[in-house]
Amino acid sequence: MLLKDEVGMLQRVPLFSAIEPTKLKLLAFTSDRVSYSAGQILFRQGDEGDAAYVILSGRADILVDSESGPIKVAELEPNSIVGEIAILCNSSRTATVRAASPLEVLRIRKDHFLRLMREFPEMTIEILRVLADRLSHTTADLIDARSAK
Amino acid sequence: MEPSLARYIWTHTKKQQLWILMIVVLSMVPYFMSFDLPKLIVNGPIQGRGFEQPGATQPFMRLHYNLPFIGEVQFFSGFQLDRKETLFALSLVFLLLVVINGLFKFYINTYKGRLGERMLRRIRFDLVDRVLRFPPVYFKRVKSAEVATMVKDEVEPLGGFIGDAFLQPVLLGGQALTAMLFIMIQNVWLGMIAVVIVVIQIVLIPRMRRRLIVLGRQRQLTARALSGRVGEIVDGIGAVHVHDTSNYERADIAARLGLIFKIRFDLYQWKFMVKFLNNFLAQLTPFLFYMIGGYLVIQGRLDVGQLVAVIGAYKDLPGPMKELIDWDQDRQDVQVKYQQVVEQFTVEGLIAPKIGALTIDDPDPMTNPLSAINLSIADDGGATLLNRISLQVKPGETVALVSTATGGAEALAEAFARLNWPDSGRVASGTDDLLELPEAVTGRRMSYASSDVFLFQASLRDNLLYGLKHAPLTSVPYDGAAADQHRWNIHEARRSGNPDLDIHSDWINYASAGATGPHDLFEAVRRVLDAVVLSRDILDLGLRSSADLTRHTELARRIVELRAALRTRLEQEGLSGLVVPFEPGAYNKEATIGQNLLFGAAAGPELADRALAANPYFASVLRQAGLDRTLYEMGLEIAKQAIELFADLPPDHQFFQQLAFMSAEEIPAYETLLQRLKNRPHEAVSENDRAMIVTLSFAYIEPRHRFGLLSDELMSKIVAARSRFYENLPPELQNAVERYDPAKYIAAATVMDNVLFGRVGNNHPDAPDRIRSIVYDILDELGLYAELLDVGLDFNVGSGGRRLTGGQRQKLDVARALLKRPDFLILNRPLSALDQRMQDKVLRNVLEEARRDGHSPAIVWVVTNPAMAMMFDRVIVFDSGQLAEDGTHETLLAGNGIFKELLS
Repeated sequence: MLLKDEVGMLQRVPLFSAIEPTKLKLLAFTSDRVSYSAGQILFRQGDEGDAAYVILSGRADILVDSESGPIKVAELEPNSIVGEIAILCNSSRTATVRAASPLEVLRIRKDHFLRLMREFPEMTIEILRVLADRLSHTTADLIDARSAK
Repeated sequence: MEPSLARYIWTHTKKQQLWILMIVVLSMVPYFMSFDLPKLIVNGPIQGRGFEQPGATQPFMRLHYNLPFIGEVQFFSGFQLDRKETLFALSLVFLLLVVINGLFKFYINTYKGRLGERMLRRIRFDLVDRVLRFPPVYFKRVKSAEVATMVKDEVEPLGGFIGDAFLQPVLLGGQALTAMLFIMIQNVWLGMIAVVIVVIQIVLIPRMRRRLIVLGRQRQLTARALSGRVGEIVDGIGAVHVHDTSNYERADIAARLGLIFKIRFDLYQWKFMVKFLNNFLAQLTPFLFYMIGGYLVIQGRLDVGQLVAVIGAYKDLPGPMKELIDWDQDRQDVQVKYQQVVEQFTVEGLIAPKIGALTIDDPDPMTNPLSAINLSIADDGGATLLNRISLQVKPGETVALVSTATGGAEALAEAFARLNWPDSGRVASGTDDLLELPEAVTGRRMSYASSDVFLFQASLRDNLLYGLKHAPLTSVPYDGAAADQHRWNIHEARRSGNPDLDIHSDWINYASAGATGPHDLFEAVRRVLDAVVLSRDILDLGLRSSADLTRHTELARRIVELRAALRTRLEQEGLSGLVVPFEPGAYNKEATIGQNLLFGAAAGPELADRALAANPYFASVLRQAGLDRTLYEMGLEIAKQAIELFADLPPDHQFFQQLAFMSAEEIPAYETLLQRLKNRPHEAVSENDRAMIVTLSFAYIEPRHRFGLLSDELMSKIVAARSRFYENLPPELQNAVERYDPAKYIAAATVMDNVLFGRVGNNHPDAPDRIRSIVYDILDELGLYAELLDVGLDFNVGSGGRRLTGGQRQKLDVARALLKRPDFLILNRPLSALDQRMQDKVLRNVLEEARRDGHSPAIVWVVTNPAMAMMFDRVIVFDSGQLAEDGTHETLLAGNGIFKELLS
């Protein structure tokens, strides 16, 4: 997969969808293309968050530790991003991510990501918009869930 | 040191001074003979005097002298020669005299030069010898750069002066006296005038020069202070930048330079003033001759002939006088310099020479207890560090010194190491005062390491073995020219009062490290490095450096085996994808295009980095392979992409680290270049521009940069170009590149690259770490671990060891102290740069290593954390310079004292 295809992929990630292609290209260029084989761990719950991952191809499982061992809580498909919360705020990983099949990802390093946001405010505004959108959805979900009780 | 320079010179060179004086007097004979000869030639054979009759002859080489009281004496009646023969004979004699005079001059100058250089060598050695014997307290006040400049620069002018020190005044004084006598003979009264003026010169000029001496001294002191400050700036450059004080430093240096300028300018002004006066006085004499003498002639009291003779005789006086006065100036100058230096090097409490005397045989072990008796130590400012401490450390005992912030345990450790001298009381080994013991005992039977480590700018190995180099233990066999050189070295060293110890001898005392020679020393080295947990760091250094193949032959010999073992292991672990090996007939996707083309390591500047694309032969290979246009277009594309991506970013942006093709500074240049080359056909582009563009393609790695520029066709073309390149490699490039050969070690590449013989995949996280640990495993399995450690030991630690981290330096210092297996091991907060966990680990290892093979040295360890004291037989607690508690760990813990308080 070439740089320009990666830019296409990034554009399909909601977080990046409204950002200029040239900036996305810079983001892709400065990110690492990493491959994992099935079963390899991308990061573990409790680790310090140092990068976000965009799935380019393959699938990955999100696992959460429990008393009876790890439980799979979700599955990641191409075009999805994972670990972005940990690089925006200095929290540790809230879940483990494991490759479920041979996996190609774009690894966006935390310092690069923050640097880009600082450099290009219009990009930061776009990301804020997406996050605010998510928050309002989550709040709405929460209200629904409460009223359903 | 001898305070008077003249006496110093006379003591060491009187024989030579007398000899050269004799030679100079001897050289006067042909010198004066050659004066008379031209007149003889012109008057005799050329003008024909004495040859008036055809066929007339004259005696040649007739020796006859008109001696006083005896009268005419003839020694030899001479050969009878005619006019032509006489001309040739006399001319040849003239030539002979020219040669003889020249040879005398040559001999005298060489002799004087050598004399001066030998004295300079002696002085410099004496000074450094004193530095080696200064008491420790002296070094708290002196700047190293100032000492260096004294030894190097300030005594330098002495060398030039020493040859003339006695010769010049004797010679010139003699000449001046002769001239004076001559004048006196012509006319006593006019002679008296000359004498009076000379006396005025002799009295007045040195008086005026006193100011010159003062200024000269100031010049020397300010220049020395300047070099001290420059040294300080270099050493403290970090502090300068951290505090934004570079302009303060600039101001300070400028002020100092201003002061030096002022002093020097004053010096010039005064010097030329003195010169002017001197010249004036010299010219005053003829003026008086003309006026007074002329007046006397007119009066008829003096005849003209006498006056002319006096004036004629006078012309020989100013020359020697002037030179004599100049000599005196030089003398005062160097005397001042010498005194200044000697003052600085005259220090009280100099260590006696016998303490540091060379001792070949190892001393007996120190079996007596080490004790402090009523020991008090104050710091430079007079504050008490230790107050009347008495304690005893028995052989074999391990003692932890625990100290509150002002406790003073460190001062005790320094006193045990003789780095801090007692103000009252003493430190003793048995009944002997420790300060009276020769260093051959304390330096071999005791060792010391502290948090304040000094490493020399040399390899890790040299620094580690430094503690074993006490004396030259082998005599090196020399033969042929080397033997002559060696003899000469010894001879000259002795003539200059230097020791003739051979630096090329083997100084390493293997026995004290528990080894028998170079072959098994390494075992001991490895053990101490393991003990301080430094081996892994050194292995890493070894992997990253290129091995010296003259020393590490084993690596090169077994490289094929090593590479095969790595492949097998990677396959077994299912990690073959991690490394893409170099294969002569295949393109390596994980390597750059440049690496794929060259398929070798550049061993010289001709084919390295940017020079590769510009190399004419390489360019011709690309052309023949039909790659020139493709790579040019590829370079253009890369330039476009790079500029598009990076043009908006500020030049110091961290993203530029990701841009392998060009540096931030080059972006504008490439932008204009792209503009210029737009739509221009490939053929019309200049060689230079083409190389600029093509070189971009050489850094391209498809999986990493992902521009989609690499096709299968291009890859096969590149592989074809590779063999073409080596087929016709011109002789001047044979040594500029080492071709990758699966069966050969590449000297120009690092050990890691050699073992990998390929590239680590770009898209595998943690691949480098996994591969490194596999490589260590394999090296261990094949028994090459030691060899790699040895490669790592070649690493140069840099000035003051600054290429190592603080922790590594401290570990190295402890390893060095351990290596010589002492009877008393003194460790003064030796690992303060490490975290507590690592300190505990090293502590445990060191205690174990020190006691290996039944050794039981006493260990005195000033601990950074009271919890560490648990590992020791005995714990001594210091508080405010007093010994507060002393006992085993259990008893102190059971008590309710400071120790318990410190622990909680």
